[in-house]
Amino acid sequence: MVREVYHKDLHKLREEIVSMGSAVSKAIGDSVLSLKNRDVEMAQKVIEMDNEIDAMDRNIEADCMRLLALQQPMARDLRLIISVLKMSIDLERMGDLALEISVITKITASVLPIKPLVDIPRMSDICQDMLKNIMIAFENKDVEAAKAVARRDDEIDMLFDQVRRELISYMIEDPKKITGAQHLTFVARYLERIGDHITNLSENVVFMVTGERLELN
Amino acid sequence: MQNKITVNDLNAWFGAKQVLHDIDIGIEKNAITAIIGPSGCGKSTFIRCLNRMHEVVPGAKVSGKVLVDEMDIYDSDIDPVDIRRSIGMVFQKPNPFPTMSIRDNVVAGLRLNGVKDKNVLDKTAEESLRKAALWEEVKNDLHKSGMSLSGGQQQRLCIARALAVEPEVILFDEPCSALDPISTSKIEDLMLELKEKYTLIIVTHNMQQAARVSDRTAFFLYGKLIEFGETDQIFKKPEEKSTEDYIIGRFG
Repeated sequence: MVREVYHKDLHKLREEIVSMGSAVSKAIGDSVLSLKNRDVEMAQKVIEMDNEIDAMDRNIEADCMRLLALQQPMARDLRLIISVLKMSIDLERMGDLALEISVITKITASVLPIKPLVDIPRMSDICQDMLKNIMIAFENKDVEAAKAVARRDDEIDMLFDQVRRELISYMIEDPKKITGAQHLTFVARYLERIGDHITNLSENVVFMVTGERLELN
Repeated sequence: MQNKITVNDLNAWFGAKQVLHDIDIGIEKNAITAIIGPSGCGKSTFIRCLNRMHEVVPGAKVSGKVLVDEMDIYDSDIDPVDIRRSIGMVFQKPNPFPTMSIRDNVVAGLRLNGVKDKNVLDKTAEESLRKAALWEEVKNDLHKSGMSLSGGQQQRLCIARALAVEPEVILFDEPCSALDPISTSKIEDLMLELKEKYTLIIVTHNMQQAARVSDRTAFFLYGKLIEFGETDQIFKKPEEKSTEDYIIGRFG
């Protein structure tokens, strides 16, 4: 094996994006859990965790830039770096959306919930599962697994539509619930956006392996 | 795209050792083709087969066809000297004739061909030096020794010398490996200008150079042509695993 330092750096880059994926997955899970349990302390932790996620994004960007400038990567190495760079942007945005959900937790924790939360935690579970699986597909360079993850975005979209319609009916029935219902609509919308970002991650895994840009979902 | 050179079933040997195996390739006209591959893969031998330079090594042998515009350069009635005139070569180390002036270096080939007219020689020297992007730097020192120039200038002098005999194809064998980055950039810019009029082939160990200047890239390994395609595709998504392993430096 030649260029050992370079290959160690590439390996480190792979590890960095995978740990950023785990951090974002935890942020999403905790943000929805804090909403469900009206746990302001946990919500605050998610908000603070966003700084760490932003720092991870900046580190990955710096590492990619250094590798591009110093090593002139090509072929699969070049595709790996481009993919990781784009994936970190999506993950950073997902972290921001988890933060937004936590902000809503802090706003709404002191008032009684308008309804028990069922579908929103379900959306969160699916998002976390998709995120876990896309990171496995990334590590295994598995195109089919990446495509399977993107297909699950349909489940998220369906749940979002269901939640939205349900919340509209709450608002029609009782205008006093409009504020609470609107907050929840936003949460569902943020989770729906997270699903779209995960689809982007899938597209980047496919690109990394095949060199082709496919529009998935 | 029109091919200037078509190579069919080319094999080459040094004594009993076969160094090229069944090469089939088409070299596009007015384009730059890069030949890459690890040391000893046969890339220099390959380009030396294209102007019958391989056979000048004792014990060296060639079989197969090399068609330049439909004419097989290995036909028995072809004079290798004519071939080398129309297919010029620039070597790794600049090699100006040490006892000759800059001007005489450029027109050395013409003189060998019997041209004596001073006006013709002066005119050709200026034209060739202009084409090689060296004229402005040497126009007041034409009588000085070629060895008085810097390495990069010497290499452009050698390119001017190759251009003076009006070739159709120019082969570059690692033309920048002895040059600093600025001289290298000048040679690369020059190659991009020259491809308007000539067909260029460059052997290089410098992958970035192949990526920067060439239109098409051929990867050689153990005397075989492994992959040949658009340079952009070869460096972004090669088809063959060994090509990819080589260009990303996972060889050895």
